[in-house]
Amino acid sequence: MTGDAEGREQLERWAELFALAPPPAPEVAEKRRRGLLGRLRENLSKPRQTISPQIAGIFAGTLITSDTWDELEEALITADCGMDASLALVERLRAQEAEGRITNGQELARALATEVARDMAPEPPKLEIAHDPTVILVVGVNGSGKTTTVGKLAHRLAQLDQKVVIGAADTFRAAAIDQLAVWAERSGASLVRQAPGADPGAVAYDAVASGKARGADVVIIDTAGRLQTQRNLMDELRKVRGVIDKALPGAPHHTLLVLDATTGQNGLSQAQLFDEAIDLSGVVITKLDGTSRGGIAVAIHQTLKLPVAVVGVGEKLEDLQPFDARAYAGAIFTAE
Amino acid sequence: MFDALSDKLQGVFAGLKARGKLTEADIDKAMRAIRLSLLEADVSLPVVKQLTKAISERAHGSDVMTSLTPDQQVVKIVNEELTRLMGESSVGMPMSPRPPTIVLMAGLQGSGKTTCCAKLARHYQQQGRAPMMIACDVHRPAAAQQLAVLGEQIGVPVYKEDGGTDAVAIATRGVAQARAAARDLVIVDTAGRIVIDEAMMAELVQVRDAVSPTAVVLVLDAMTGQDSVNVASAFQEAVNFDGVVLTKLDGDARGGAALSVRAVTGRPIFFVGMGEKVDALEPFHPDRMASRILGMGDVLSLIEKAEQTVDVDDAKDLQKKMTSGQMTLEDFLVQMKQVRKMGPLGQLLGMVPGFKALAKGQDVQVDEGRLDRIEAIIHSMTPHERRRPDVINGSRRRRIAIGSGTTVQEVNQLLSQFQQMKKLMKRMGKGGFPSLPTA
Repeated sequence: MTGDAEGREQLERWAELFALAPPPAPEVAEKRRRGLLGRLRENLSKPRQTISPQIAGIFAGTLITSDTWDELEEALITADCGMDASLALVERLRAQEAEGRITNGQELARALATEVARDMAPEPPKLEIAHDPTVILVVGVNGSGKTTTVGKLAHRLAQLDQKVVIGAADTFRAAAIDQLAVWAERSGASLVRQAPGADPGAVAYDAVASGKARGADVVIIDTAGRLQTQRNLMDELRKVRGVIDKALPGAPHHTLLVLDATTGQNGLSQAQLFDEAIDLSGVVITKLDGTSRGGIAVAIHQTLKLPVAVVGVGEKLEDLQPFDARAYAGAIFTAE
Repeated sequence: MFDALSDKLQGVFAGLKARGKLTEADIDKAMRAIRLSLLEADVSLPVVKQLTKAISERAHGSDVMTSLTPDQQVVKIVNEELTRLMGESSVGMPMSPRPPTIVLMAGLQGSGKTTCCAKLARHYQQQGRAPMMIACDVHRPAAAQQLAVLGEQIGVPVYKEDGGTDAVAIATRGVAQARAAARDLVIVDTAGRIVIDEAMMAELVQVRDAVSPTAVVLVLDAMTGQDSVNVASAFQEAVNFDGVVLTKLDGDARGGAALSVRAVTGRPIFFVGMGEKVDALEPFHPDRMASRILGMGDVLSLIEKAEQTVDVDDAKDLQKKMTSGQMTLEDFLVQMKQVRKMGPLGQLLGMVPGFKALAKGQDVQVDEGRLDRIEAIIHSMTPHERRRPDVINGSRRRRIAIGSGTTVQEVNQLLSQFQQMKKLMKRMGKGGFPSLPTA
C-alpha cells in the first residue's frame, strides 16, 4: 500500500495549502520515507535530465572562476529566468562568494537553490479555504491550462471533503464548457453553466449564488483564455471580478494566473497586465513535466512579488501539486 | 514593455557622435545590447550567440566604425542577419499534386492546434479547396467536440469518433472517408504532447505513418521561451515536420521562438495566427518578423491592412472633402469605421515604428470603448444633424446623449473636437502643415 501512503502524504500537503484539516489518519501512520525534496525530484526528474549537463558541470567544479559565473548566468537565462532576474541572482551569489561563503560548486548549488526558492515563493504557498464559500478565480492566456487546472483543484478539494461548485465562465472557446463538464464529473464537483456565448459575468454570478445556496465550501470560476493585450477582454475580466464581488462581498478570495512553463519573457507582461486588471494573488505554473523550467516565475516574483501557489506536472487528475519552492529550486538547479 | 533595440543602440552610441570615432569597446557594448534585446525577445541562447558572432564580425569589418550614424548601421546589419537567418522570403505550405493533400498537425499542449486546424481549413476553403478535418485528439476532454463546433462554424466537415481511444485508427478511417467524399485537403488534428513523453511521441509517429501526410506542421506558441529549441528539435527528430505555424502573435510577444526554430531546424514558418477568430491567419513574412523581434514596428503589415480595407476612390473623395473643410460627421463616421475595420487601434499603433518607444512606459492602448461611444453618439443624430452639426442645440444634445446612452458632456466634447479637426484639415489643405500647438 505504498501508493496509498504516497497519495496520503500528497493530500496532507494539499490540506496544508488550503489551510484545511488533514484527512483522517489511516490505521498506521506511514513514515515519511523520502523527504519532500526527493518526491519533487522524482516528479521533475524528466526535465532535470535535459538541463543537468550544463549546470551539473558548474556544480561539479571545485573552484569558482569567472567562467563559472558566465555559465551560471547562461543556465539561468536558458531556464527563462530573464536577463534582469538572472543578473540579479548572479550578483547576489557573487557577493556571497566575495564574503567567502561560497568556495566550490557544491556550496554554489546550495546557495543558488536558496536564492531561487526565495525568489519564487519565500513562504510555503497558501490558498486558504476560509470563507463561505471561498471563491477562486482562474485566469490566463489561451492554452495555458486553466480548465485542466480548475479540474485538478476541484479534485483535490473534493478529496478533502470540500463541496465544490465550478463556474464555466469560458463561454467563448468552442467546447470549453464540455471539457469542463468532463473534469467536473471526474472530480465530483457540480457545474454551473450556461449556453456557449453567454455573458461570463452572468455565469460567474450564478456560480457564486449557487455556491452560497447549496452551502458549497469552494466556488472555482474558469474563464476564457485571453491575451493580456486585448483591452476589451481584459475589461470583461474586470467586470467578472466586479460581479463576483457583488454576488459575495470580498470575493474572489484568490485570483490565480495560470502560466505555461514554456512561456518566455512574455510571461512578465502577462503577469503585469493581468495583475493590473484584476489584482492577482498567485501564479499556477503548468506543464512543468515538459522540458522547460518555468524560470519566468522567478522574474515574475522579482517584479511583482507574486508567489507560485501550485504547479501542474502532468495530465492526470493527481498531477497538480502545492508548490514547494525549495524542492523545486533544488530539483532543477542542483546536481545529483 | 521592452525597449526597441534601436533605442538601446542609440543609448549606446549617444555621445559618441561628438567624438566622431568608434572604438572596439563601443562595438562590444553594442553587441551586449543586441544580445540583451534578442534574449528579451526569447531568441534562444545558442542562436543568440551564433547571431552576435556574425553581427560582430560584420560590424568590425564594415564601415560602422567610421559611420556618422553607427546605431543605424548596426541596426541595419542586425536586421539583415536576422532576415537572412529567418529565410529571405515567405514559403507556402506544400500541396500534393495528387489530391488529397494531407496535413498532420503536431505540437505541445495549448499551443493552439485545434484552432489552427480550423484556420487552415478556412484559409484553403476560401481558395476553393474542399477541406475536411479529422479529430485525433483522444486525450484532452472535449477536444473532438471543439473541432466539431469549429467545423460547423466554417462549414467544413469533421470526422470524429465518439469515445474513440485509438488515434491511429481514427486517422486511418478519417482519411479513407475523406477520400471517399473526394475532399482534396485533409487536416489531421492531434493531441498536445510533451516531447519527453515517449509513448505520446510514438503515437504521433504512428499516426504520421498511417496517413502519410503531404506536410507535417508544428504548431508553436509565439510566447514560447528558451525551450523552443528543445521542442522543435524533438519534434523534428520524431516526425521531421515540414514547417511551422506560429500562434498567438496578436499579443505583445516578440516571438523570438520563430527565429530559434528556424535557425535550429531550418524549417520555414508557413503561417502566423493573429487572433481568436477563424480567419485570423496570415502568411509569414521573415523581414517583418525580424523587425518585430527587434521591436521596430511593422509598417508593411500596416500598409497591407490599409490596402485591404480602404477603398481608394472613397479615400480620395474624403481627402477632397477634408481639405476643403466640407467634411461632415457622416464622413467622419465612415472614416472611423474604416480605420477600425483594420483591427484594434492599439494593434495598429504597435505597427508604427518608434511608436512603442514614443509611448515609453505609457499605455499604448486605445480606448476602444470610447470609440464605440463616439460611434453611438453619431448614430443617435439625425442625418441632418450629421451634415450640419451647428444646428445641434441644447435640447438636441440632450436627446442625442439619451439616445446613445452617453452624457451631454461627451456629446459636447465630440462636437468641439470635430470642429477643431475641421479647422485643422482646412488649414492643411491650404498648403503647409499647421504649426502644432506646443504643450
